[in-house]
Amino acid sequence: MPLLETSGLEAFYGDAQALFGIDFHLDAGELVAIIGANGAGKSTFLKSLTGLVQAPRDAIRFDGEPIGGLPPGDIVKRGIALVPEGRRLFPSLSVDENLLMGANAKRPGPWNLQRLYAMFPILEQKRDEPATALSGGQQQMVAIGRALMSNPTVLLCDELSLGLAPIVIREIYAAMPNITAEGMTVVIVEQDVATAQQFSQRVYCFQEGRVSLHGRSDTLTREQISAAYFGM
Amino acid sequence: MLETIIQGLLLGGLYCLFALGQSLMFGVMRLTNTAQGDFIVLGAFGAIALASLVALHPALITIMLLPVAFGVGYVLQRHVLNATLGHDPLPSLVVTFGLAIVIQNALLEVFSADPRSLDSDGLNTASLTIGADFAVGVLPLVIFTVALAATAALQWLFTRTALGRSFRAVSDDREIAELMGLNAKQVYALATGIAFMLILVAGVLQAMRTTVSPSDGPLLLLFAFEAVIIGGMGSFWGTFVGAMVLGITQQIGFRIDPGWGIWFGHLVFLAVLVVRPQGLFPKTRG
Amino acid sequence: MTERLRASQVVPDGVLVEQSTRASHAALAIGIVLVAFAATLPLWGESSWMREFVEIACYFIFAMMWNLLAGYGGMVSIGQQAFFGFGGYVMLALGNFGGVNPFVAIPIAALAAALIAAPVSWIAFRLQGGYFAIGTWVIAEVFRLSFANVSAVGGGSGTSLTALRGIERATRESVTFWMALACVVAAIALVYLFLRSKQGLALLAIRDNEVAAESQGIPVQRVKFAVYVVAAFGAGLAGALYFVGNLRISPDAAFSVNWSAFAIFMVVIGGIGRIEGPIVGALIFWALNKFFSDYGSWYLMGLGLLAIVVTIYFKQGLWGWAQQRWGWVLFPTQRTLR
Repeated sequence: MPLLETSGLEAFYGDAQALFGIDFHLDAGELVAIIGANGAGKSTFLKSLTGLVQAPRDAIRFDGEPIGGLPPGDIVKRGIALVPEGRRLFPSLSVDENLLMGANAKRPGPWNLQRLYAMFPILEQKRDEPATALSGGQQQMVAIGRALMSNPTVLLCDELSLGLAPIVIREIYAAMPNITAEGMTVVIVEQDVATAQQFSQRVYCFQEGRVSLHGRSDTLTREQISAAYFGM
Repeated sequence: MLETIIQGLLLGGLYCLFALGQSLMFGVMRLTNTAQGDFIVLGAFGAIALASLVALHPALITIMLLPVAFGVGYVLQRHVLNATLGHDPLPSLVVTFGLAIVIQNALLEVFSADPRSLDSDGLNTASLTIGADFAVGVLPLVIFTVALAATAALQWLFTRTALGRSFRAVSDDREIAELMGLNAKQVYALATGIAFMLILVAGVLQAMRTTVSPSDGPLLLLFAFEAVIIGGMGSFWGTFVGAMVLGITQQIGFRIDPGWGIWFGHLVFLAVLVVRPQGLFPKTRG
Repeated sequence: MTERLRASQVVPDGVLVEQSTRASHAALAIGIVLVAFAATLPLWGESSWMREFVEIACYFIFAMMWNLLAGYGGMVSIGQQAFFGFGGYVMLALGNFGGVNPFVAIPIAALAAALIAAPVSWIAFRLQGGYFAIGTWVIAEVFRLSFANVSAVGGGSGTSLTALRGIERATRESVTFWMALACVVAAIALVYLFLRSKQGLALLAIRDNEVAAESQGIPVQRVKFAVYVVAAFGAGLAGALYFVGNLRISPDAAFSVNWSAFAIFMVVIGGIGRIEGPIVGALIFWALNKFFSDYGSWYLMGLGLLAIVVTIYFKQGLWGWAQQRWGWVLFPTQRTLR
């Protein structure tokens, strides 16, 4: 049974429909990528999974349980954590405090402050600084750490590479093996197709609110992806 | 001159207590409580009513009423004010305005328009001699100390506790705070509960220092508001300093002409607004 | 062949821009008839009716201007009474000391209020949202305290309008009534035409999304300033009119925050952001006043509770709720694209 799956998921922003029936599944331990152009619905999809956008109850099942439309607090306690698009750290909180905020959900697991600081040593140096005073890449580390602090079973990463230089992106993704070491299931949403293919086992391509392509990362060709990405 | 300044500082202590609750509520949920002054008066009358039933020291009366104040604030936020939060300032403004009218008139019906005060057990006339020929009232000194302690306590709460962290988080980004498992509605209610405890203390001290009547609310609100703006939003110590500045300014005004004190305070407030609109100690957001 | 296209015509082919509905044409016709009918009131009506109308007219004009400022300009103020009282005092000064006919002084006083709104806005605009609201209240308090210190107009206890002493009472009441009627019509016309103009559309754009409007080249600060000044003009008009009717002015009456409170209640109950709202709100307010004001504090408590309930449960006011439910539009300021 898939760890996380959606069937015919639709989502709306007011009267505007953003998702038109997404079928998606995720098995435990996988790293799945979602790619697509701006506005394709990738972020909306992640937000539906985490309860930030309304969804029908049965459209999303986690470990067999329907979780669509539950409040975000419930969902994070069940074990799905989000690294939001644009980081969205708390400006009034320090690095340390932002990380502690993530531990609010208090699930048991291997992730704690020490392990995070071991993974991202630069954060320990800056632990008492206001989180938004850090560089973009460092902020991304904090955002990832904050999500990990709740010890999720599924980690959703929305556009980790947004606004970051290639060398920083490599640094961030270099931590991925550490994150998945104990079998963490991960979804990465990326505009950078190469990165997405490199790190994932499977890829979904979203185009205008629909899944336009789905397959194993190592078998999809560039032509297939381009066609699905741009809807040709 | 020194005496005027010291009187001003002591007056500022009272204004700080008026303002802390407002600063807290605005800081956590961007809510402007236009009934702040009226709730202070309500607290004062509550204490006066209780005191007429049980002949106890005002400090004990306050302690007895603190949980009540917390409860009132919590319930009010949870079931009335939470519904008014959002981008538009109008709903919270209208609802708190409506509350102000209701409170003023309810108090008028129950207590009539006569000014009342709380028996302070002689505290309001006792004085302390400092130096050769200079005396300060004990009560103003007590008020100042309470204000100092309250400001320090709030600052500590905000920066060193998990609750304070959640206050800052929901204030920064409610959606993401909820993603972390925080119940924003609950957090807001806790903030207002604490704010109302401060309001009660302010009301009791005001009633001991001078008389209160049902229509006093609006003026107290303006003092609270001016203290917050002069000091700079987002900072409790800023509110403290702002209250000091307001108190001193008013005292100087009173010195020049008894009818000018409050007017002077208004003018200084407007001057700060013109020259340094962010206040003296604004909290900068990342 | 070249044609000069009017702004309202510059739309894509096949798209009509409708500005009026049949209901609004009917409403305009009814309105004209009503005004004409009302103008005859002094001939057959009791003087108390005329006095009541003048008072309600002042409430209504003040509320409508508050509505323009808050509902359309997005600026919630509880200090508009500053201009209301200022208009009253300027009218009184012109009448008592300047030898100007008080009825003529009314529009002049309104202009004076608009002029003083300029420096006031410079200070007030430094605040936003809820704190802007309280800031305007502080400014109104400064006005109140300042006028209370001017002995020439009676200081804290106020003074009387002596300039109308020589006129016979019936004449005075009739002229006041007609003046009030004229002011009501003028105020409605002013707001209606303003909102239908290009500036009015700019205002709606700003209300919906200030940042987006700015990026479209709309001079947001200038438009907001213009609205503030227009609202002050209206408030001053209402104030001058009120004290012509009242014949006596005092700082507490002129600059009382109750003016703002009543305006808020009228608009919130009638519906903010809509022209019909203040009319509905004023009518409901008048009815409540008529039947319940004898109950004093209980009446005011009821008003407060009503405002709270309407704000929380009927977010668009009673008129707005009716609009949504049944699609009524009397004063079209939206442009419907078909």
